[in-house]
Amino acid sequence: MMSTYVELIRMRFLTMLAYRVNYYSGILIYTLNIGVYYFTWQAIYGGQGTLAGFTADQMTTYIAVSWMARAFYFNNLDREIAGEIRDGSVAIQFIRPYNYIVVKMMQGLGEGCFRLLLFMTPGLVIACLLFPVKLPHDPKLWATFAWMLFMSFLINSQINIITGLSAFFIENNEGMMRMKRVVVDLFSGVIVPISFFPGWLKGLNEWLPFQAITYLPSSVFTGRVPNGDILGVMAVQVVWLVILTLPIIVLWRSARHRLFVQGG
Amino acid sequence: MYYMGLVGEYLKNYAKTRLTYRADFWIEVLSDLLFQATNLIFIFVVFMHTPTLAGWTRDEMVFVYGYFMIPYGLFICFFNLWGFSERYIVKGEMDRILTRPAYNLFQILLENVDPPAVIGSFIGTVMMGICWVRLGLPFGLLEVGVLLVMIVGSVMIYFGIYIALTSISFYSDAPTGILPLVYNIQSYGRYPMTIYNRFIQVLLTWILPFAFVGIIPASYFITGKGMKQLALYTPLVGIVAFAIGLTLWNIGIKKYRGAGS
Repeated sequence: MMSTYVELIRMRFLTMLAYRVNYYSGILIYTLNIGVYYFTWQAIYGGQGTLAGFTADQMTTYIAVSWMARAFYFNNLDREIAGEIRDGSVAIQFIRPYNYIVVKMMQGLGEGCFRLLLFMTPGLVIACLLFPVKLPHDPKLWATFAWMLFMSFLINSQINIITGLSAFFIENNEGMMRMKRVVVDLFSGVIVPISFFPGWLKGLNEWLPFQAITYLPSSVFTGRVPNGDILGVMAVQVVWLVILTLPIIVLWRSARHRLFVQGG
Repeated sequence: MYYMGLVGEYLKNYAKTRLTYRADFWIEVLSDLLFQATNLIFIFVVFMHTPTLAGWTRDEMVFVYGYFMIPYGLFICFFNLWGFSERYIVKGEMDRILTRPAYNLFQILLENVDPPAVIGSFIGTVMMGICWVRLGLPFGLLEVGVLLVMIVGSVMIYFGIYIALTSISFYSDAPTGILPLVYNIQSYGRYPMTIYNRFIQVLLTWILPFAFVGIIPASYFITGKGMKQLALYTPLVGIVAFAIGLTLWNIGIKKYRGAGS
């Protein structure tokens, strides 16, 4: 059984590899995005030492690392799932001897491997050359970051799967998918670190899973989390991973009774 | 007159298809606005921690963003050809366009009108209006006139840049990725030019003149930004960009051989 899933990772990876040219411009786009935020933050900092617990240098690193982390964990599982539900091909998936959700997760992982090797890594190298990004030297921090990044990927994919599965219940979930994207970008901390938000929004975010996607790993990696607190931060990710599994199971179970194919 | 009639027909057709899926229409409007809202939230959050950004206050930055939204909404509504290569070159729909008597680009633009985008322009206008009052800027017939000319200039800049880049698809039907790249550069035009290094400043002012769709024309109305002179170039830059875009399109279209089946 396991080999089936590993094969799925490999297949998706190879498919992505065939279309790698499409991602070269992606690297430049992410670099451009880092650039606009880098210059803006530089101007915001001006002479000021720290804002919301970030020094200007930490902010530069935070932006570069966060955007390139996004290059890794981002995927379109929501769109894929919604598309398969709409065109009816999900019906075939029901009768195949594997779990559709796990299959999607594995395909996402295949894409993630590709993105890690050919998108995030070269992107981060370019960002380090162009902007004064200071990566930590402590190998333990790198290992922690790698693990947390993997968890980010899982949590983000779970959110995507939940959004995608909503197509079973809402005939056209395009709006939901777009809103999810905005919410994830905003509340995961890619655009503004969560510590910059006003108090009530910060409080709200502590009860939402999005901070676990970017804000927590990037905060650890930029050295803003004291050593003693790192385990706690890692635990937050695990908790969200477990919590988000529940709606997926519920949605998938009830979806079997609701399948309604539109055309096809 | 013939062309005006066509506009009417196409819009009627558009309304008919869209009204079948009313909910989608509003979802599209809402999610477009949400995307704009993230940029606005960024500005608001940032100004909670700093009084000025390179000498610009929050109200001034929101003013600029409001301006930025107006030509952008108009551009997306009337001139955006995002999926051109895919739809017209790869699928060969260009053949259908070329067999008709009306000017080809005109037909393509009409087939791709996106009226919901104009709502973004309205919201931009409202934001600009609120900041206009808050900043106590002079307001009269002259300002309205200049504003209209600036908006037309900015829309022409968008048109010129994107039509020029879209014409590349006549030479290569593979996705070049240059369009999304430039699309991302455009967001640089919302911030004061002084925050960038010299290279980016020159790039945004004279090569891909996105500074002229946001910060430069908007600063005409705000006193003490020292860009009043430069802002007056907006319509000129617009005309130049427009002419270049249209010329490249007309040259490119002669290369069209049809890739579809």
